[in-house]
Amino acid sequence: MSELSGLYALWYREFKVFIRERSRIVSSLVQPLMWLVIFGTGLGSVVEISGANYQAYIFPGILVMTVLFGSLFFGLYIIMDKRVDFLKEVLVAPLSRTTIFFGKVLGGATDGAIEICILLVLGQLFFGIHFTLYSLFVSLVVIALLMVAIISLGLTFGSLMSSPEGFGLMSSFVIFPLFFLSGALFPVKNLPSWLYAFVAVNPVSYAVDALRTVILRTPSGFGGLGIDFIVIVAFALAMVGIGTQALKRMKI
Amino acid sequence: MDIINARGLTKKFDKFTAVRGIDLSIKEGEIFGLLGPNGAGKTTTLSMLSTLIPPTAGTASVNGFDVRKEPSKVRASIGFVFQDPSSDDLLTGRENLYLHALMYGVDMKDINKKMDDVLELVDLTKRQHERMRTYSGGMRRRLELARGLLHEPKVLFLDEPTLGLDPQTREHLWKYIKKLSTERKVTIIITTHYMEEADLLCDRIAIIDHGKIVVTDTPINLKKKLGGDVVRITVNKPNIKSLKSLKYIKSTEYANGILTLAVNDAGMHLQEILKKAGNVESVESRSPTLNDVFLHFTGNEIRESDESDAEGGWSERMMHSGNK
Repeated sequence: MSELSGLYALWYREFKVFIRERSRIVSSLVQPLMWLVIFGTGLGSVVEISGANYQAYIFPGILVMTVLFGSLFFGLYIIMDKRVDFLKEVLVAPLSRTTIFFGKVLGGATDGAIEICILLVLGQLFFGIHFTLYSLFVSLVVIALLMVAIISLGLTFGSLMSSPEGFGLMSSFVIFPLFFLSGALFPVKNLPSWLYAFVAVNPVSYAVDALRTVILRTPSGFGGLGIDFIVIVAFALAMVGIGTQALKRMKI
Repeated sequence: MDIINARGLTKKFDKFTAVRGIDLSIKEGEIFGLLGPNGAGKTTTLSMLSTLIPPTAGTASVNGFDVRKEPSKVRASIGFVFQDPSSDDLLTGRENLYLHALMYGVDMKDINKKMDDVLELVDLTKRQHERMRTYSGGMRRRLELARGLLHEPKVLFLDEPTLGLDPQTREHLWKYIKKLSTERKVTIIITTHYMEEADLLCDRIAIIDHGKIVVTDTPINLKKKLGGDVVRITVNKPNIKSLKSLKYIKSTEYANGILTLAVNDAGMHLQEILKKAGNVESVESRSPTLNDVFLHFTGNEIRESDESDAEGGWSERMMHSGNK
């Protein structure tokens, strides 16, 4: 089964490189910790939302932020591989492009999962979060789905573009609206209706809502976990579909 | 039967045609060279034969598989060593081999033995556990050669295998390529713009220029086609007319005070030639080189100094066309 061992090969590469570049793990944790510690403490000293302290309130949002930024930039590695002939070495192997795509997604998701797990432990220890088995399980599923969606989006950009600069520009155009309009940092209930409309069509909002519902045990803002799940699954499927097509059409 | 056969293979990018209908028939076990300047269409031809890019027109088969209809079977039966580095710097040499073996579905129980074998073949056993970023250019190439053989392909494509290496390393690498050919009986297709490399390494050469194959033959036959030896004489006002009357002189050309003659058996006739030529300052007689052949068939000399420029322009063109 060369497709299966090929899938393993691609995952193996991403994982080895990730482990070896320890600076990558550290730097991926610095940003969320700054948000939690500095921003969370700063704004938390004047704000309290629905009974929780602000740091705990934004914790689910910061998890989502870590997934957004970390996973999207995973697509950048495709561009790096394009610059040398490493990508050709993969493409000339007798593997289908779908396999290559899922190998990359799997590799990226593993890297992301390690980062997230560290954050979850830190949350339990220092940021006033109390996980139960149930909330931990649901959180991990939501995060995994969101990761698959965002990595696919990143791989789509990576397939279409040939310069890191272009990738950076495109991703900041997409990633900041997705983040700020997701309710990661503030409640969306009282927003003016024109702004709320953007939040409601942003699939990332549903991930934030689901995480907040299970982690902080607050009522859902969008009519229940079920709806959150449907939106997130649909989002992931759509992104995987677009991503595989983009990789299949990628020219070298 | 030919192991590689191409008829009218053509590739058009947006505005320019990189390969204009080439025919190839390459026999099993030979080292076949595509010789031409940068931008002649060598890499594009290899990319089409290895199914990395689809041809615009024409057909080609590799190991009996059609590159259009059965690309994955073609890919499973070939090895490719690319022009630019194609291994991961953060992984060790052995890890890069392992990745490759997995992607080509090499049987798990054979992987270790096969890796040991190819590492031995290119003398990298000692350095196999070091990260590739510590490898020199020549070592990296050798590892990539070894990797190309790992899944035991019938055909190995080498795209400018010695580009950017120093002369010693280059000769060293030729030794390994010869060894692959004799020990592994693998058919090798090599692109190069180094005359010496084509001459010493290849059983047959196709000279390619502006996307077309100008001539295909063995290096010896190609040189014979020029008709004898080359005699270059530095001379003022040569008596060209009386030289032309000599039967064994095939051609004469006079430019910038240098007279270039194609002569049958120059050694025998040199004295007579010098007598007739006039006031000779210096003389040089040699067998024709592949460079003379190339000049003869294309009217251009391959200039090393164009290398980096032309190469950059070429890969940029490829990238732009990839963007559309």
